[in-house]
Amino acid sequence: MKVQNNKAWFMVLPVLVLVAISAIIPLMTVVNYSVQDTFGNNEFFWVGMEWFQEILASERFHNALMRTLLFSGLILAIEIPLGIAVALAMPRRGIGVSVCLVLMALPLLIPWNVVGTIWQVFGRVDIGLLGHTLASLGIDYNYTQDTLDAWLTLIAMDVWHWTSLVVLLCYSGLAAIPEVYYQAARIDGASRWAIFRYIQLPKIKRVLVIALLLRFMDSFMIYTEPFVVTGGGPGNATTFLSIDLVQMAIGQFDLGPAAAMSLIYFLIILLVSWVFYTVMTIDDNEEQSASAKGRS
Amino acid sequence: MLELQNISRKIGDEVYLDNVSLRLNRGELNILLGPTLSGKTSLMRVMAGLDKPDSGDVRFDGKSVLGMPVQKRNVAMVYQQFINYPSLTVFENIASPLRVARVEKSQIVKRVDEVAELLQLQAVLQRTPDSLSGGQQQRVALARALIRQADLVLLDEPLANLDYKLREELRAELPVLFAEMGAVLVYATTEPTEALLLGGNTACMHQGKIAQFGSTLELYRHPEALRSAEIFSDPPLNITALECSAGKLQIQGNKQIIDLPFNSLANGDYTLGIRPHHLRLEKMGTDDIALNGSVTVTEITGSESFVHFEFENRPWVALLHGIEEFSENEIVRFYVRPRDVLVFDSHDKLVVEHCANELSPEQ
Repeated sequence: MKVQNNKAWFMVLPVLVLVAISAIIPLMTVVNYSVQDTFGNNEFFWVGMEWFQEILASERFHNALMRTLLFSGLILAIEIPLGIAVALAMPRRGIGVSVCLVLMALPLLIPWNVVGTIWQVFGRVDIGLLGHTLASLGIDYNYTQDTLDAWLTLIAMDVWHWTSLVVLLCYSGLAAIPEVYYQAARIDGASRWAIFRYIQLPKIKRVLVIALLLRFMDSFMIYTEPFVVTGGGPGNATTFLSIDLVQMAIGQFDLGPAAAMSLIYFLIILLVSWVFYTVMTIDDNEEQSASAKGRS
Repeated sequence: MLELQNISRKIGDEVYLDNVSLRLNRGELNILLGPTLSGKTSLMRVMAGLDKPDSGDVRFDGKSVLGMPVQKRNVAMVYQQFINYPSLTVFENIASPLRVARVEKSQIVKRVDEVAELLQLQAVLQRTPDSLSGGQQQRVALARALIRQADLVLLDEPLANLDYKLREELRAELPVLFAEMGAVLVYATTEPTEALLLGGNTACMHQGKIAQFGSTLELYRHPEALRSAEIFSDPPLNITALECSAGKLQIQGNKQIIDLPFNSLANGDYTLGIRPHHLRLEKMGTDDIALNGSVTVTEITGSESFVHFEFENRPWVALLHGIEEFSENEIVRFYVRPRDVLVFDSHDKLVVEHCANELSPEQ
């Protein structure tokens, strides 16, 4: 017989209260805003799904979403292969290991807004090392006026800031591969590519999926760095979803549409993360059921 | 035939291999026996061509292969860990050496099927190694070694990571599987029992040196030197100092003086060696040698008892049949037949051995 014991609820109550205050209540406030309109004086009018329809149909949202997706795509396309390459090139033993690890960890320790400020100054044509050098080489570079330059600067900044994370994750995966695998491959006469494709890549697959997930979520939510460097400009060229959202909510004080947009934004990230998670666990589940069969 | 001539290898100040010379024939099973860090794996790496010796020559079928890179030497190696390509199916794993060698497709399928049948892997050919049991994974690794039809097959403690039931099964199969290949077969192990069960030839290794090389059973029965007797004894060989003066060989202990019935030895210091299973509790013959020991601990495995005791300040052990229990510090009298006793001279060379007519080491 099942024993019912309501005392358990008292045990989890503190957690429920904390989660309610920190997550559920603010989220519900946003939901509340997203279905109402206000003209101030704390007067609200029910508008239903109107804000959602307006946001989903608006060109401004589409453009910001496209820019964000493009940014995330470029970031992943650069940082993942680059991170793997750097991890493969890192030394395996000796003093070099510690030196490399410390150097790799350095960018990760710098706060977002400081990174933004560093690159904002670094790229300035008048006083920045990068901007000034490029200018004196005769290259026309100005991230405050040229769209391409602005994008290049933001991507370079993010690659500089976050590739180390991919490197460290991959390096940990590579370090876990026993030396005998390489020995066996040498005896087999396997090429460098075959070693990577059939030994190293399968062995770091799991950390790679985690790196991919983290870098996607982070780059998709990026706010501080582009805000500090370009402020979303020139024009709207680097106005990502997050910057757009803040402009709408705080700049224009359009609380209803901004709330609807945050919910859509949140759902997109949730959806993509769920897809990643499912893809990740499909593999594990298959392996588990297969091994269960194999061992029975 | 694989010939190693005066192979030495050092890394920094550490000597990995010290003047090793061996001659291994095709179609024979050669065992490298020695404790961990005795140089078994280092020697295998030199044989395979993974490492270059500092001095000495490696000759295969009469030709020096020192300059030849490992992938050109047609070597197969199986390790203690189960090494397979993790993302490839069992079929592709077994086929991989043939793919590298660019063997025709229909030929590949045929040969993989043959080898899979030998190793009972037909049912799992489409699975990945991760989903297999340890025994099956090692079978896949063995299949990869088998399919290459290599000239030199190196098995580096291949059964060490398997549980004992699987070990016994594979140990019985292994020599048969590789015997027909006509390759030079080398098998490294730390366990004397495993070497005895496998038979063939054994090279006893210690600190990068070959202590003795010869037929496994012969080597067990007639260890030339104290070192090979020690390596080839599990539990460890019981030893104590002996002295010979005026033609009388004696253990001159603190509490007991024991005469040994061996004459015709020159005066000087000797070492006595007795294998643990040669010690008994009851007298077997009139000339048995009696030894008193003080028991420290008794381990009982069910049908055998390992009695650890102190004999003249040295830890000794007796392997007795049946269940024998003693309390701590109890003085127990053990007997050993003179024919079971090994006596080594001051250079650790065997001078007296009476166990020649013993048939099986288990008796």
